[in-house]
Amino acid sequence: MESCNCIEPQWPPDDLLMKYQYISDFFIALAYFSIPLELIYFVKKSAVFPYRWVLVQFGAFIVLCGATHLINLWTFTVHSRTVASVMTTAKVLTAAVSCITALMLVHIIPDLLSVKTRELFLKNKAAELDREMGLIRTQEETGRHVRMLTHEIRSTLDRHTILKTTLVELGRTLALEECALWMPTRTGLELQLSYTLRQQNPVGYTVPIHHPVINQVFSSNRAVKISPNCPVARLRPAGKYMPGEVVAVRVPLLHLSNFHINDWPELSTKIYALMVLMLPSDSARQWHVHELELVEVVADQVAVALSHAAILEESMRARDLLMDQNVALDLARREAETAIRARNDFLAVMNHEMRTPMHAIIALSSLLQETELTPEQRLMVETVLKSSNLLATLINDVLDLSRLEDGSLQLDLGTFNLYAVFREVLNLIKPIASVKKLHVSLNLAPDLPEYAVGDEKRLMQTILNIVGNAVKFSKEGSISITAFVAKLDTLRDSKAPEFLPVLSDNHFYLRVQVKDSGSGINPLDIPKLFTKFAQNQSTGTRNSGGSGLGLAICKRFVNLMEGHIWIESEGLGKGCTAILIVKLGMPERVNESKLPYMPKMPTNHGQTAFPGLKVLVMDENGVSRMVTKGLLLHLGCNVTMVGSSDECLRLVSHEHKVVFMDICVPGIDSYGITIRIHEKFTKCHERPLLVALTGNTDKVTKENCMRAGMDGLILKPVSLDKMRSVLTDLLEHRVFFEAI
Amino acid sequence: MDFVNQLQRKFIDYSSSLHREGIVDDQFTQLRKLEDENSPHFVMEVASLFFEDCEKLINNMAIALEQKQGVDFKQIDECIHQLKGSSSSIGALRVKNACIAFRSFSDGQNREGCLRCLQQLSHEYSLLKNKLQTLFRLEKQIVAAGGSIPRVH
Repeated sequence: MESCNCIEPQWPPDDLLMKYQYISDFFIALAYFSIPLELIYFVKKSAVFPYRWVLVQFGAFIVLCGATHLINLWTFTVHSRTVASVMTTAKVLTAAVSCITALMLVHIIPDLLSVKTRELFLKNKAAELDREMGLIRTQEETGRHVRMLTHEIRSTLDRHTILKTTLVELGRTLALEECALWMPTRTGLELQLSYTLRQQNPVGYTVPIHHPVINQVFSSNRAVKISPNCPVARLRPAGKYMPGEVVAVRVPLLHLSNFHINDWPELSTKIYALMVLMLPSDSARQWHVHELELVEVVADQVAVALSHAAILEESMRARDLLMDQNVALDLARREAETAIRARNDFLAVMNHEMRTPMHAIIALSSLLQETELTPEQRLMVETVLKSSNLLATLINDVLDLSRLEDGSLQLDLGTFNLYAVFREVLNLIKPIASVKKLHVSLNLAPDLPEYAVGDEKRLMQTILNIVGNAVKFSKEGSISITAFVAKLDTLRDSKAPEFLPVLSDNHFYLRVQVKDSGSGINPLDIPKLFTKFAQNQSTGTRNSGGSGLGLAICKRFVNLMEGHIWIESEGLGKGCTAILIVKLGMPERVNESKLPYMPKMPTNHGQTAFPGLKVLVMDENGVSRMVTKGLLLHLGCNVTMVGSSDECLRLVSHEHKVVFMDICVPGIDSYGITIRIHEKFTKCHERPLLVALTGNTDKVTKENCMRAGMDGLILKPVSLDKMRSVLTDLLEHRVFFEAI
Repeated sequence: MDFVNQLQRKFIDYSSSLHREGIVDDQFTQLRKLEDENSPHFVMEVASLFFEDCEKLINNMAIALEQKQGVDFKQIDECIHQLKGSSSSIGALRVKNACIAFRSFSDGQNREGCLRCLQQLSHEYSLLKNKLQTLFRLEKQIVAAGGSIPRVH
């Protein structure tokens, strides 16, 4: 027998078991070959697969296993040695790969498992973040609601609108079933249901304020959950469902008097309103924290808005009150003015009416005095005259005083000789003083200015009054009058705190002291002296007469002159001193030349008074033209001469300051020229002054000149001095019309 | 200097007499005041101008009054007006008064009256001219003798 290298299987080929093995091997091979294909297919489909080389390994392992099982198919029959060797190789390889793979899997499978746990972890995290997102969104929405609510609440200043809007918006935002506001009553002992969301007109339902629940709510500035059975929460009719949760919050009501921004809302006097919010009864909703916060914020805002509304109401009320007061004051003022006017009219009329007969009495009595009279008759006439003089003075004083009081009196300011005033007073008082054998001395300080600016007449009246009083109330002794310029220290020692002298360059304070050695005055009576109609009732003075108005008037005058007057006395029998200080102006140097006492000729006599002043002279008459020219040249002017109106219009320019026109010459229409010159110079300050020279002394000429627009008129013949003064006047006032 | 004093005294006397007789008035004095270093002969210049003016006007008036056809009183009026103005400017009192008188006749268109007035006017004018010329001669003499013209108030 030939020996073959074939291997014979152990079992006979036709055995059933062999057949089953054969089929199973076949299918295993198939499966083994198809698994890698599937793997490759699905891996290719998915984008992520980190373990590619593991896949390769696994694929190799499976392929080899499949190959092994496939080759096994050939070993069921008689097969050659090559097949057996191939089979062996395949098995060996398979063994190697599968061992390696097994070793690898030890590392890989924990990783794969951890992937799974990580996935679970991430999923949890995502869920958590989603939850938090939801929370933030709700909070943001709450914030938006708050802003919107605040805006709504603060956009109006009407109290009712504010509260209604609050409730409506809160109801909407929080989807409330009911929202109500309880306001404290006027007594402060009860809370009254003022506003609700659902019911249109809440009945005046009140609840006593000292309820434990209410106190609890009022004591905290947070929104507090209260029981639905609480009296303030019983807002809805009891239904079959469980009532929803109720929350109450306090709303501070601020009074204007304790509106302090810094200690908001910790106020000393706390008045609160109560806001109650009810969730829908058939929902299982609960009050969330952010909702409570919303409610608290809204409550605060409402408080602010209400206080604004209150302030506004208050100010409107105050304004209305002021307007009413204003109207009333206006009416009162007008009535007062009417009364004053009526009184002034009355006084004026009465004054006139009284003065006329007074005048008759005084005049006729003095005339009577001049006639032949017996001594008794003379005495009687003198008494009549004295009394009527007194009465006349009284009438004058009354009128003066009433004018002084309503401020309608104004000082007549002027420059006057101060020394002369004193001399005059002295002259007036000397006769009476000498009769009473009183010695009067006048002492004027050397630094007292000779001239001053003020109201001469009234100053004299005042000084005369004081000196007169001194004489009147002195039975013997002497009167001394001193006058000097008051320095600041002497000004300040006056006993009047309200007298505030102000020194300035062109004013000085004159101080006059009149000291007498007469009966004196009780120091307690001194304040009364200057009041109207107050008589010094001490004995010995009752016969001295005097209406008591004199000093009051003096005080008014002195006040008008921004001064002060007062009387000092050490007591009865010790004489008294009257001191007056008045403010007088310093006269300017220029005024000295205008005073009647010193008529000085102007020093520029013969010198040029108007150097270079450009003038134009228009005159048809040669001689008079030459004379006028000579006059003006002598005064230093720059003279241009023209003999006709055309020449005048041609040559007149803005350099000429004055144009002299002779207008009584027929043939020259001076008025026409005036108008043409006005037209030529539209600006006033460029136009030369137009002056007419005429010998016509009638008013018609003057009126025609004025109407034609001339600035001046001078009558011929003109002397040098006249021309000089006219030009000065003209250039200063820009107009000069000689009196015709 | 005695001679100068004499002349000056004569000047003063003569000047006063002019004023006294009413030949010149205050205006003339005013004119004298205008004389200074700048215009030393102001019065003389004005006077000569016046003389020329006056003669011309008087001539015109004479011619106008001679007219056989009809006297142009308007022209005469104008002349009188001029003359009046001139004479009052210079201070010739009598001449001015004569003009005023003349005017009333010319307004009344009285030819005879006008002629008479014209004659009067000429007379006054000649008188004035003579007197002023004498005065100016005296002035010249004083100046020539080295003196100054005294001011007459």
